[in-house]
Amino acid sequence: MLRVENVSGGYDRKMIIKNVSFEVGKGEMLGILGPNGSGKSTLLKVISGILHMESGNVMIDGKSLISYSSKELAKKMAVLPQLHSHTFSHSVRDTIALGRYPHQTGLFSSWSAEDEEAVVEAMKLTAMERYEHQMLDLLSGGEQQRVFVAQALAQQAPILLLDEPTNHLDIAHQKQLLDTIKTQAIEKGITIISIFHDINLASLYCDRLLLMNQGEVKVLGAPQEVVKKDQIETVYKARISTNPHPERPKPQITILPDVNEQRSDRTITADNFQVTADLVVFQAETQLKTWSSAVINAGSGWYKNFVNRRVDASYACDNVQEEMLEYLAKNGFSEADTVGMMTAVKTTDAVIKEYDTPFGSIVIMVTAGVGNAVDVSRAHEVEMLPAIGTINTWIIVNGELTDEAFIQAVITATESKTKALAFEQVKDPRTGTIATGTSTDSVLIAATQKGRQIPYAGPITEIGKKIGLGVYECTVEAIQIYKKAKGWK
Amino acid sequence: MSKALIGYILSIVALFVAIWLGVSVGSVKVPISTLWDTGADAIATNIVWKIRMPRVVLAGLVGASLAIAGAAFQGLLKNPLADPYTLGVSSGASVGAVATLFFGISVPFLGIYTLPVFSMIGALVTMLLVITFAKLVDRAMKMETIILTGIIFSSFLGSVISLMIALTGEELRQIIGWLLGSVSMRGWSFVQMALPFVLIGTFLLWLNRRELNAMLFGEERAQHLGVNVKKRKMMILIGGSMLTGTAVAVSGTIGFVGLVVPHMTRLLFGSDNRHVLPLSFINGAALLIVCDLVSRTIISPTELPIGVITAFIGAPVFAFIFFRQRKKGGI
Repeated sequence: MLRVENVSGGYDRKMIIKNVSFEVGKGEMLGILGPNGSGKSTLLKVISGILHMESGNVMIDGKSLISYSSKELAKKMAVLPQLHSHTFSHSVRDTIALGRYPHQTGLFSSWSAEDEEAVVEAMKLTAMERYEHQMLDLLSGGEQQRVFVAQALAQQAPILLLDEPTNHLDIAHQKQLLDTIKTQAIEKGITIISIFHDINLASLYCDRLLLMNQGEVKVLGAPQEVVKKDQIETVYKARISTNPHPERPKPQITILPDVNEQRSDRTITADNFQVTADLVVFQAETQLKTWSSAVINAGSGWYKNFVNRRVDASYACDNVQEEMLEYLAKNGFSEADTVGMMTAVKTTDAVIKEYDTPFGSIVIMVTAGVGNAVDVSRAHEVEMLPAIGTINTWIIVNGELTDEAFIQAVITATESKTKALAFEQVKDPRTGTIATGTSTDSVLIAATQKGRQIPYAGPITEIGKKIGLGVYECTVEAIQIYKKAKGWK
Repeated sequence: MSKALIGYILSIVALFVAIWLGVSVGSVKVPISTLWDTGADAIATNIVWKIRMPRVVLAGLVGASLAIAGAAFQGLLKNPLADPYTLGVSSGASVGAVATLFFGISVPFLGIYTLPVFSMIGALVTMLLVITFAKLVDRAMKMETIILTGIIFSSFLGSVISLMIALTGEELRQIIGWLLGSVSMRGWSFVQMALPFVLIGTFLLWLNRRELNAMLFGEERAQHLGVNVKKRKMMILIGGSMLTGTAVAVSGTIGFVGLVVPHMTRLLFGSDNRHVLPLSFINGAALLIVCDLVSRTIISPTELPIGVITAFIGAPVFAFIFFRQRKKGGI
């Protein structure tokens, strides 16, 4: 559809872009990224024929750009520049209708049914119908931008060039605009080339990305090949980290600030625990990075209150989450800061121990109710498992854990728990075999993310060894307390 | 009924009222029916056909030319303060016309068209110099650059005219009177002199009405929309200088019509150039006919130069637009 071959060009005699080549296919969306002054806008102006091309060639549909007349080119390619000012006021409709200019011919350039249809459709796609007769200068920046998108769509060109289309728009309008444009690419096969400031938006919406640096192509490829930590950091000269988008297979970036914030250096100890009649609470001074399978705020996040709440064995509720949130709020724990779990075990039976390691201590808390212990390898034989009776395991670490370390900590803790159940000869009452856990066990790993970095947490490491020992000891003790309370042998 | 349709109806009505007043009001009151009443008084018929009517038509043509040229230049420059004078086109036309009178130039085959043709040549040459100079200053030819260049050329050409006037001695008074602008005692020959160029110039501008709409959003945007900006810009400049040259040749320097009329038209009927151009044409004609009427009746029997009246109305409007645009953060 559009092929750029070794293009160099710029203003007057100053060469801004050097030897740029790429190709965009029908229906493809290409994002152009790069820091300020890297030549993104210049490249777009050269492609759209506004700026002089010093050498190279731009081929549109197999024909050279310079062989097109102004009107022919406008029929092939619509351009949406950045927001601009205008002196005289135009109505929204008249502005959008200007997009039909290249399609109108003859002395009187009469307005055809096709023109009307294109304008109405463009207004519909951008949700501008109700503004049809309003004056452009009375609209907000976001609405004006949508008018110009509609103008470009009314042009009905197979290629659409955009220069930072989401500039000055709020996130709802950013999403709306990009959704509209992307839908055009998918449904009508429109080829889109767009400059982006926002790397995350570009990665999310574009099929391929072109990263520019000092007027040259640094890298061209799929988002996961372009949005890489090292590449982005080198070109933009900013510290970032990459992470996956929660819904789409696209990389996203997060800026890592280089500002020293005052964070408490206090380490956490077993003293941070408080046990009341129906709560085991751990409160840290600052947020800890947490991975858990809790009822409230499961998954990963930063939290400073950890609550293990005792509920009756007969506790039943249609909406456990809602009831739990109400309960937490009533007890002064805000949802934003708190991870919440439940247990049927008496809170005073919780086992809390602290273990020293060379890099700092770890604190472990276990509550165990094993009345409904399960042999996980034979759980498939039983249709319904009771949900009451749970082993909750918390491991709180003074140190900085990597993602791998968090996962390995979970593995290590689980293996250790299973070993404790075997040692205590806890059996699955349905199969009579040694149980591996219960049907609703939860685990929580939290780390201060200060001090020494801990890359791994398997049994080969210092921390893995301590987690293995600690979880085993605590679980065995918790099971013994449980047995005693139940009057088991 | 659309705003534009109302505009056309009101403007045409206003034009007819202006013509009616222009024909019938004066030192001698003449009924408008003289125009078609074959049995009318011979003196009245003479006054209407030999004196009033050519004067009204000429005033109308000049007003229409200046107004539509002003509207086009404003659209092109995206500057509501632009009019034929800002670009120096008017001064160029004046130099052409004054030179023709000063040297007594007469080209046989041009006949009566000698004056407007030289005036237009003056306008066009000035325009080309302004563009060449502006291009040397800034290759992208930003609008601001063109306006500033126009002002520089205006000042320079004004002094050339002053020099020529100083050298004329005898005919000094006549040329000064002409410079202030007047449509009196011209007769049908001046109408004949102006008409073809007014039609061609107006047609050239009208052909670019939609292009002017696109250029309101900037030349780059217009290019993206498929407008051949270089060619269209040239057509507009040629059409505009043709109209300005003609107006200056037949009536001298009449200022502010090109500024006031398009502005009022936009204010009342919207800024779509498809309508601003024709409406400015009609309203420019009406305005100048009325201004001429005022100029010859207000301190009768003495006649004021028509440029005095237009400046009297125009300068405050100029100030008002300037104030408003500044407030808006424009210009």
